[in-house]
Amino acid sequence: MPPLTRWFVKAALVYFVTALLLGILLQAGTVRALPVLQVSWPTYVHILVVGWLTQLIFGVAYWLFPRDSAARPRGSERVGWASFVLLNVGLLLRIIAEPGAALGHNAAGLLVGSAVAQFLAGLAFVANTWPRIKER
Amino acid sequence: MPRLSVWMIRTALLHLAIGFGLGALLLAQRGMALNGVIPRLRPAHVELLLLGWTVQLAMGVAYWILPRFRSGAERGDERPAWLAYGLLNAGVVSVALGGAGLAWIGLQFWGRCAEAVAAGAFAWHAWPRVKPFA
Repeated sequence: MPPLTRWFVKAALVYFVTALLLGILLQAGTVRALPVLQVSWPTYVHILVVGWLTQLIFGVAYWLFPRDSAARPRGSERVGWASFVLLNVGLLLRIIAEPGAALGHNAAGLLVGSAVAQFLAGLAFVANTWPRIKER
Repeated sequence: MPRLSVWMIRTALLHLAIGFGLGALLLAQRGMALNGVIPRLRPAHVELLLLGWTVQLAMGVAYWILPRFRSGAERGDERPAWLAYGLLNAGVVSVALGGAGLAWIGLQFWGRCAEAVAAGAFAWHAWPRVKPFA
């Protein structure tokens, strides 16, 4: 398993546990009355779907999809790392900024930064994976 | 990788790129009011990423790696799987456009019907391939 896949999958596992712990808090008696938890449903969904599911797919696809070429079996390693860093920076910014904005704090810059980072992460993954999807 | 898997996975990647783009607009909209139309794109964002990306990727990979047959066509009858590909994408686009208010609202219902038939067609294809390798 290449190093980038290990980072993707281990980060995915951290988000998986985090999301399910947050899921408990969102259902837990008096705790869920906390203002920050009352606005955290979208964040919870994105930790689960982007942090866990999408990131796991990115990591496994990078590892197991057909080789691009003998010289660059997994495409550009730099682009692969860029997708990892951008996805995680974007998601972490979202985790901070989204509840903050919902509670009335000015988080416009962080939200836009998160949006741009995650979008670029997706594009980087698509660009790096596309040439590897080919008929034998 | 077989041709149908190439089509499914590349189409899934397109849905991923567009779905992430819509998600970025929705998130940025929360920070700075870009355009009042953007919140209407949420159902399309969900549809593209859940059905167009995740489900279609799973179908493409399953078509590629499920056990093959020793005699006859190695992956069995391809036609139901191709039908599933066409109907799934027609359904995703219909539901996304209908949900965003960019097309007749009833298109969502027919899109869901297309997706359900796609699921049935894919299951019809894959069922006999779910077996021991030997």
